[in-house]
Amino acid sequence: MGVPIIEIVDVGKSFSGRTGATEALRAVSLSVDAGEFISVIGPSGCGKSTLLRIVGDLVEPTSGIARVNGKSARQARLDRDYGIVFQTPVLYDWRTVLENVQLPLEIAGRSQQERDARPLALLRLVGLEDFRGHFPWQLSGGMQQRVSIARALALNPSILLMDEPFGALDEMTRERLNLELLQVWSKSAATALFVTHSIAEAVFLSSRVVVMSPRPGAIDRIVDIDLPRPRLDKIRAHPRFFELVTTVRESLREDPALAAGDDARRAI
Amino acid sequence: MRRLRDYAPAVLVLAAGIALWEAVVFAFAIEFYLLPAPHVIVQSLRETYPTLMEAGRYTFTEAVIGYALGCGGGIAAAMLASRSPTFADLVLPYAVASASVPIIALAPLAIVWFGVAQGSKIAIVTLMTFFPTFISALRGLLGVTPAALELMRSYAATEWQVFVKLRLPHSLPLVFTALRGCTTLAMIGAVVSEFFGGPMKSLGVYIKSTASLFQTRQAWSAIVVTCALGLLFYFAVALAERLVMPWRVERGLI
Repeated sequence: MGVPIIEIVDVGKSFSGRTGATEALRAVSLSVDAGEFISVIGPSGCGKSTLLRIVGDLVEPTSGIARVNGKSARQARLDRDYGIVFQTPVLYDWRTVLENVQLPLEIAGRSQQERDARPLALLRLVGLEDFRGHFPWQLSGGMQQRVSIARALALNPSILLMDEPFGALDEMTRERLNLELLQVWSKSAATALFVTHSIAEAVFLSSRVVVMSPRPGAIDRIVDIDLPRPRLDKIRAHPRFFELVTTVRESLREDPALAAGDDARRAI
Repeated sequence: MRRLRDYAPAVLVLAAGIALWEAVVFAFAIEFYLLPAPHVIVQSLRETYPTLMEAGRYTFTEAVIGYALGCGGGIAAAMLASRSPTFADLVLPYAVASASVPIIALAPLAIVWFGVAQGSKIAIVTLMTFFPTFISALRGLLGVTPAALELMRSYAATEWQVFVKLRLPHSLPLVFTALRGCTTLAMIGAVVSEFFGGPMKSLGVYIKSTASLFQTRQAWSAIVVTCALGLLFYFAVALAERLVMPWRVERGLI
């Protein structure tokens, strides 16, 4: 094991609403090593997105701490250690594709030279160099999400947080983007935390899959994915791939709270 | 950019409307003091051209200055209010309510306060254009999506960067909708407040006094000038909108 780059220690989170407090996470602990690709999977309402948002300092935990790069999540955010890809692309519609990727560099006050060069290189990496002058609405949903991945990598972050980035895309686009994401990620030095509700996606991408159960959200099991890298599309037909998919699926089913609920059918 | 051909139907409708007008006046032998035929109005326009130009310049100046003060003030006030959502919540209901108050009713009082010359008209136009712009700009500045804000937060953007790179550009479509609407309000405010008193060399007073002397054709030619200036104002702002927001032009939204 290397140095843990993300340490989540005993994190709990409650949201207070009209009907009283809802416990979204209870006593979640997880340690992620540098260079890992971790997927977090679970049914809706298991708090997987909340966990990612706590790591990214977009919400504060009610209890416990999240440490990133040996500092608080807040300090890591202020140091711009994160690149985040949201469920929707969140591109600014008044900026061209290139300008959207330049945004983080502008905010961080990087040199004009870097602002010119790096976004172009990133767009080349996600195959959208020819679309740099387009506006977001002129792109398909999959292309928009690729722009958002390029933007997330603009500051060369040590942590890449992705919150169901391909959830809204069709299966074929999703598989192609999974492959592209791995290529892009392998060229970066980032550690990835990836939230999804697709078992195949989690197994294909990850070094470990964290299986969560709901009410309150907790980690059930962590499945090591020992498939070789680089992973190409043909690995989806590998017997070991099926075994691991089955293992993750069964971990999701084992949960008694889940097996009874509707969420289970939706997740599997 | 829309092509000239796209405007052809509108031009045809205008031509047909004028032809119909001319025909109706001729067919029913309507007296010119009731409804002058278009060619009579054009004739009158040519005769009184210098007077109308002077009056037009006078009134248009009021409208433009009042518009600049009102819209500029509205945008500036919205920027300040957007810094504090609590303050925004406090003033927004009053701003919305004032939009339904007929501010033009204050015109006689404005004359008492600011004099019978251009000052009182500028004050009315300023007041009329301030609130719609304020409301739209404030809604635009505050109406950014939570996700767009989170993106900024994830990059540790300063409040100022959030304002300049997110809130301001996000507010532009709403601001320009208000700016276009306010061109009409500005012309109405200037001309109607002149009805309550002003120098003869203004469109409002000219329309009012010629109409009351049954010099209908002169009144109509001044109305034509007012409409032309209103259209000029509107399209100037619409052109600025296209230049400022090219991303919406290409999408065909404006």
